[in-house]
Amino acid sequence: MLTYTLQRIALSILICLTSMGLLFAALHAIPGDPASIMLGSRATPEMRQRLNHELGLDKPILVQFVTQVGNIAQGDFGTDIFSKRSVGTEIMESLPKTLALIGAGLGWAVLIAIPLGCYSALKRGTWIDRLTGILSVGTISIPSFVVAIYALLLFSVQLGLFPVIGAGDDGDIRDQLWHLVLPSFAVGLGWVGYLARIVRASMLEVMNENHIRTARAFGLPEGKIVLHYALRIAILPTVTLLGLAIGGLLSSAVFAENIFSRPGIGKLIVDAADVRNYPVVQGAVLSTVALFAFAMPISDLLVAWLDPRVRANF
Amino acid sequence: MAAAAEPVPATTANVLEVRDLSVQFRTPRGPVLALRKVSVDVPRGSIVGLVGESGSGKSTLALAVMRLMPANATISEGSLRFAGRDLLSLPASEMQRLRGDRISMVFQDPMTSLNPVRTIGMQMVDIQYRDRQMSQPDKRRKAAEMLRRVGIPDCERQLDRHPHQFSGGMRQRIAIAMGILEKPELLIADEPTTALDVTLEAQIVQLLRDLRGELNGSILFISHNLGIIAELCDYVVVLYAGEVVEQGPIEDIFHRPGHPYTRALLECDPARIEEVCRELPTISGDVPNLLRVPSGCVFAPRCSHAIDRCRNEHPADHQAGPGHFARCHLLQGASDG
Amino acid sequence: MSAPTSEAIVAITAEAAAPGLAAGLLRRLRSDPLGLLGLCLVLLVVFCALTAPWIEPYNPFKIRVPERFHAPSLVHIFGTDDLGRDVFSRVIAGSQIALGVSVSSIATALFLGLILGLCAGYGPRWLDNLLLLIFDSLYSFPTVMLGLTVVTLFGPSLETLMSVVITIQTPGYARLIRTATLATKNSEYILAIRALGSSSGRVLMIHILPNIIGPILIIASMDIPSVITLEAGLTYLGMGIPPPAASWGRILQEGFDSIRDAPWIVIAGGIPLIFTTLGFTFLGESLRDLLDPKLRRVV
Repeated sequence: MLTYTLQRIALSILICLTSMGLLFAALHAIPGDPASIMLGSRATPEMRQRLNHELGLDKPILVQFVTQVGNIAQGDFGTDIFSKRSVGTEIMESLPKTLALIGAGLGWAVLIAIPLGCYSALKRGTWIDRLTGILSVGTISIPSFVVAIYALLLFSVQLGLFPVIGAGDDGDIRDQLWHLVLPSFAVGLGWVGYLARIVRASMLEVMNENHIRTARAFGLPEGKIVLHYALRIAILPTVTLLGLAIGGLLSSAVFAENIFSRPGIGKLIVDAADVRNYPVVQGAVLSTVALFAFAMPISDLLVAWLDPRVRANF
Repeated sequence: MAAAAEPVPATTANVLEVRDLSVQFRTPRGPVLALRKVSVDVPRGSIVGLVGESGSGKSTLALAVMRLMPANATISEGSLRFAGRDLLSLPASEMQRLRGDRISMVFQDPMTSLNPVRTIGMQMVDIQYRDRQMSQPDKRRKAAEMLRRVGIPDCERQLDRHPHQFSGGMRQRIAIAMGILEKPELLIADEPTTALDVTLEAQIVQLLRDLRGELNGSILFISHNLGIIAELCDYVVVLYAGEVVEQGPIEDIFHRPGHPYTRALLECDPARIEEVCRELPTISGDVPNLLRVPSGCVFAPRCSHAIDRCRNEHPADHQAGPGHFARCHLLQGASDG
Repeated sequence: MSAPTSEAIVAITAEAAAPGLAAGLLRRLRSDPLGLLGLCLVLLVVFCALTAPWIEPYNPFKIRVPERFHAPSLVHIFGTDDLGRDVFSRVIAGSQIALGVSVSSIATALFLGLILGLCAGYGPRWLDNLLLLIFDSLYSFPTVMLGLTVVTLFGPSLETLMSVVITIQTPGYARLIRTATLATKNSEYILAIRALGSSSGRVLMIHILPNIIGPILIIASMDIPSVITLEAGLTYLGMGIPPPAASWGRILQEGFDSIRDAPWIVIAGGIPLIFTTLGFTFLGESLRDLLDPKLRRVV
């Protein structure tokens, strides 16, 4: 078990390194020197030269790469071209807000999807099951930013129920939660359908297995069988999925933060990309890559913790 | 007459009475008559063997008694009485209370019939949920004691392990332990040894024999293995293609089989072959298609003694001895007088 | 004579297998209203894309400031935007961009994926591992963020957008091809052919490829809605195809600025995206059940 964990962590680190490498290669592959790109069109020759020296861009490529990796490992992502602040600081300010958004979106999706999927499996063929099926397929495919814009239009602009902009006042939890409603709705909507379908398929499979029949043969109440015997097994694929979901959730968060003008890593990266503020873009992207790369082994380990059969394989 | 109010006479001779039970399955190709007018009695304190080949309806009968049949199965006629109570008219909640408590079942495949993510201890304590007086630790102790009784060493520790950590033979013992935990009046064992190798099989049979004395209950033992049935059972019921073709005390069935099918089965048992022969004996032909049950005797197409009457007229049960019946025209002369 | 026993019949659940793929397809769609709806929506989008210049009621680029912000009416079905352009025409023009960009980038990604997958499958182990590592790393980039990074480096343009799509799609296809290549590379059938003197290349072209090309094309076409969505999304953020191209994402972006006064613009921008994604998804669902025999069983 321990070796497996270490292997997965090593793989994640390797992926992060390769991603850095790919970005690095891309930066150096384009015509023009990196400093010009980072400074944009406003760069004067002196600024360029200074940045060159700062970033060690006048040294051989491999040295640059190693230095950069070393810096990043210490949390130094470079400096924001415009604000002159440390990119690392900006990321640390934004990332938790995005995680809150993603957490809320996924949270409500899971809370609705599991009972919905369970119910659909138990009451197969009823109109609720069929309706859920159609709605699931529908909501999975519709782009999250379209959902976000429409939700904003309907609930904020037209009906005035929810605020249009921002994340709410600091310190006021109620206000912040209120601001969180629509964005997390947009982020989570696609997942409700998807997760419900998976839970449904999983439940159908589990309820047909022999051990459920045995449980009935021992006269256990159906409620206990569904919740403690079947559902406990049926939600395992969902947990695996959560790790993979982080990538899609982060993408959705980019749009949600932009559309609702919420602070977060999505807004950070789009604003930076708009003005070609490369160090910020690079820092933000690499931190999300790291998040994603480590989320997957974490969810796998979570499954191993929950499912004794998986544990036995080690 | 409300089932709950019906008093359960402690002295019913038979713990289970199945009378003229017919079960149908609804399939895309039409109704399958899986059981046709099956009658079986399980007297108190006895072990009744139900023998038949694959597809004869053995498991269907077991599931019917437990009322655990799949959704597309219906009981089209007949009655099921357990300790005097009519099981078919019982509401589902009542039936659920009986299961695991008064009637228990052990299934064929120990690999898949236990919940993989709950510990043995948790599952065994779950079965005792009806007992609200007993404390949790006491329930665990009772479970551990039962594990010890079925021959599982180091039982306290085993309670915290999961099914996949045990071998097949152990798992079947655990299943039996779970089955008899609440001292049921009837234990239905559906081919409990089929998935095990011969040594394990012998151990399980010995275990059931040992438990018999303490159990004070009856066992309905289902198998296709005549040898096991011979060792264990007091009475035998022979099932073929959904019908009981013969039933009676074990001595009679094995030494004086009345039905040609039973005789053929006994002949096919390799353990009974006395002379060296080139080929193992088989019964020619195939089990009939239960979508279109033949009129006449169900075994007629494969019977070497079949006469015209067999193909046209469905035989009645004829007596071949005290408590010994076979469904065959050829016995008719013997039962007269 | 095979005689189903009662227990066996309980386990039988499917009807007779479909005679052929195309026949089964049509039969399936006839009985599946959602799949039929999906097919209609897809055909609608394809039709618009192919006939856009002829069916547009107005010139989508013609600016007519006096007519700005007209609400939807019989004259302008989707109203006009902040520059007086007819939104409906822009939506139709957008279909050309959507399908054009997606189909061409997916095709390129398929081609690249084919080459890379073959290299990974047939080449030396180290190459396989290196390619897999690169693929996994690319996978770890949340899609939109990868797009934003590339655009930051290279500036927003059609080429950049297509490169982003190709970068994102290629690993998936390469993996599929690699799997198929690996599976057949070691099969006895292929070994036998090679023993008869056929070169690896021949083996590939004649024996392996025809088998996998069908499923891969279907998988690739099911990627069309996600690519269209990506393009629209990046353009919405200002990082995609630059104006005056009438991408659906651009319509959404422009409409968002005037969401209070002229909500019809964003609604109009979202509708084609919804139609396209729903259409492909419903169609794909319908066909998937057909193509995967395991799912055909009615439990």
